[in-house]
Amino acid sequence: MAREITGMVERRGAGLWLTHLCMIAGVLVIFFPIWLAFVASTVTQPEIVRPPMPLWPGDQLIENYTAALFSGVNVPVLTMLGNSLVMAVGIAVGKIIISLTSAFAIVYFRFPGRNMFFWLIFLTLMLPVEVRIVPTYEVIAGFGMLNSYQGLIFPLVASATATFLFRQFFLTIPDELAEAARVDGASPMQFFRDILLPMSRTNIAALFVILFIYGWNQYLWPLLITTDPSMNTIVMGIRQMFPSGDDVADWPVIMATSILAMIPPVVVVISMQKLFIRGLVDSEK
Amino acid sequence: MEKRVTFKGWLLPLCLIAPQVLISAVFFFYPAGQAVWQSLFIPDPFGLSSQFVGLGNFEYLLGDPYYRASFVTTAVFSTLVTLASMIPALFLAVMADRLVKSAGTYRTLLIWPYAVAPAIAGVLWMFMFNTRVGVVSWYLGQLGYDWNHVLNGTEAMGLVVAASAWGRISYNFLFFFAALQAVPRSIIEAAAIDGARFWRRFFTIVLPLLSPTTFFLLVVNIVYAFFETFGVIHTITAGGPQQSTTILVYKVFSDGFVSQDLGSSAAQSVILLVVVGLLTVLQFKYIEKRVHY
Amino acid sequence: MATVTFDNIKKRFGPTEVIKGVSLDVADGEFIVIVGPSGCGKSTLLRMVAGLETITEGELRIGNRRANDLEPMDRDIAMVFQNYALYPHMSVAQNMGYGLRIAGLPKAEIAAKVQDAAKLLQLTELLDRKPRQLSGGQRQRVAMGRAIVRAPSVFLFDEPLSNLDAKLRVQMRLEIRELQAKLGITSLYVTHDQVEAMTMADRMIVMNAGRAEQIGTPLDVYERPATLFAAQFIGSPSMNVLEGEGREGALWLGAARLPNPTGHRGPVMLGLRPEHLVPDPEGPIAMQVQLAEPLGANTLLHGKLETGQGFTASLPGVHTVAHGGEILRLGIKPENMHLFDRATGLRLG
Repeated sequence: MAREITGMVERRGAGLWLTHLCMIAGVLVIFFPIWLAFVASTVTQPEIVRPPMPLWPGDQLIENYTAALFSGVNVPVLTMLGNSLVMAVGIAVGKIIISLTSAFAIVYFRFPGRNMFFWLIFLTLMLPVEVRIVPTYEVIAGFGMLNSYQGLIFPLVASATATFLFRQFFLTIPDELAEAARVDGASPMQFFRDILLPMSRTNIAALFVILFIYGWNQYLWPLLITTDPSMNTIVMGIRQMFPSGDDVADWPVIMATSILAMIPPVVVVISMQKLFIRGLVDSEK
Repeated sequence: MEKRVTFKGWLLPLCLIAPQVLISAVFFFYPAGQAVWQSLFIPDPFGLSSQFVGLGNFEYLLGDPYYRASFVTTAVFSTLVTLASMIPALFLAVMADRLVKSAGTYRTLLIWPYAVAPAIAGVLWMFMFNTRVGVVSWYLGQLGYDWNHVLNGTEAMGLVVAASAWGRISYNFLFFFAALQAVPRSIIEAAAIDGARFWRRFFTIVLPLLSPTTFFLLVVNIVYAFFETFGVIHTITAGGPQQSTTILVYKVFSDGFVSQDLGSSAAQSVILLVVVGLLTVLQFKYIEKRVHY
Repeated sequence: MATVTFDNIKKRFGPTEVIKGVSLDVADGEFIVIVGPSGCGKSTLLRMVAGLETITEGELRIGNRRANDLEPMDRDIAMVFQNYALYPHMSVAQNMGYGLRIAGLPKAEIAAKVQDAAKLLQLTELLDRKPRQLSGGQRQRVAMGRAIVRAPSVFLFDEPLSNLDAKLRVQMRLEIRELQAKLGITSLYVTHDQVEAMTMADRMIVMNAGRAEQIGTPLDVYERPATLFAAQFIGSPSMNVLEGEGREGALWLGAARLPNPTGHRGPVMLGLRPEHLVPDPEGPIAMQVQLAEPLGANTLLHGKLETGQGFTASLPGVHTVAHGGEILRLGIKPENMHLFDRATGLRLG
């Protein structure tokens, strides 16, 4: 009701159209880079290198995407997509599992060292991977994990954010629920599996969306540890597709790859918009 | 806050927390400790031995004009990214908030770029402004402006700022929009009855109410500009021309991996660690503040 | 079905003693209400029986078995929580059957038991619903059902009706009592509501500051309150308490002369229930009436005595008060006068 009244005050004729116009202009500007990449992925190389390139899609869509997916530049994009998928899912699932169990331990148990562990985890909030790249690289190299999925995933799995999110959520669950479970005879792990996990479903899903995108969009770390093209992820692999020196880049294939690199996270964000926004707001709190 | 009920035992919780603690120890604390340790040494050119220099690396860094320039570059870069991502986002959010019915559609369209990796954003913007094939640079040329970010440091900075801010607009839009929707309608109506017109209301009533969100986004965007824009810089300018877009994180990478100057890179890591620490404290101040709000 | 024995049970949180020694024998099938103001330790006492709090000192026996160190599940109890504590993601049937599932009963048996309990509580139609689709009263029933399904020896109720509206509370009060009588299961019921305590209890424990002030049947407590606290806590509106002076053959309230039923001499506290006062032109108590609250069947009159103390009387029928305050004279039967020691608050005589 209240909103409609405000609407009555605000939404009148020209003002309304002006607002729509602003929004449409904003959307167009924001969208333009993506549109241009899409157009470039549907035309031929000569059309691009003789500027100005067209602003409307051409007829090379299937050719360019097929070329990208199955031959690529250094390695087929399909391989890179697979690597990115493994990495993103691995990071998301790994983070969720270790965060769930450690949050459960911290909230529902009293054990020696509990506070110390809590603060240790808390401190990792302050250490983005960019800050400690050289020594972390050395650790991974020492384990022989260069060019491996483990090496891609493990250093990015530990993060305090997810642990804190679950801890916050567990603290909002009424004490009586755990008491009822104890009276019902549930062991700690039965309580975890039967009550806590199902109740955390939405949080888990929301976090998965955020972490999937986080993992998918990693750039610096895969750049450092995957020297073998067949282990490249798509986001860092695109940079490798540019030729060194003065050679001309294969723009249609590179742009097709860019579009392909965007599709999975965009699909996840758009299709799970509500969960995504919730996850975003929760995890940044 | 603590739970009233707890389960008994200590072995089970230790097992439950062990994976996270182990991973943190191996991939966080050990490397961070290493960074601090290495920052106190200078390895010889062949990497066979290293010499303890105490705070020598730090002294050298702080006296190094390139490093000091990198600090200034980072400050300029993060300020510009923060402004260029927050102001348009706030404007769009205010517009969307006025459109009750179609706000959802616009939101769906606007959150796209958030999903685009910074490195991909870099590629897209580099493509638009490419000196040979870029559409925008070509049209600028037609208008008589000769765009060349490969040679011109100011243009290079402008381009990495635009590419970094672009995806961030979506993120900031979501938070501003949510905050605007949470402003009680009765307050707006009271102001309307008091005779304040739209923009007057916006600056005197709505903007102050948004200040917690604004402060939060300010900190988060600075952190983003500091640490997460590596992909943009690496794809568009690789720090150039003449280091005009070498931000601190990029320098850690290029000194450590390209020049193999490990002592200096480690010392830079430690300085960044301090910066992150300060930003985190700032962020927690914000959380505290909001609890009392 | 079991007896429950409290043998000088104590509870300390660090240095603070919250339960200062409670002893009680609960007979098989008895309905015990633990009543008291918030913070008196009544919930702690119940939670110690449930095994959710440890017992610092003393012994608890359930069915002649020492229960101090048993896990909640091994005590053969069931509990109904204040906020019901229903698992939000499980259906009514799953909620009721969870304890049996943990115990490893076959599915068919669980289903049968859940069906029986649901029938008893008229929940059959709701078995597939989730807790959020239920009304407050229905959730309350499901919480009851979860307790019944396990056929425990002892029911524990922790303020189960405090989240319901007044009308539903009265109805559920009756239902719980009927059900308990039908099943004959020993029950401990915690409440802060003295009306619930009066109407439901076989015996009640009036608790104050970690101590049992009085243990007895509701009428016992009402008619012969053992302490000043029990006297004031039970009964509505609450008892008038006045400072008096016992002398030879009389009890003096300032200048008013009342009979002295116990013959006690010296300073005392005198308790008079508002509903025991009767209008009497010759009566010793003179009250200046300031406000009348007509309740229909009776009227509450609020005012002051000559000593300036506030005073309440409850008289049958309708009374109106003249503007400016009239003086009403009241009398009381000696057997309705309660005398307490001024220092200890213990009943005299």
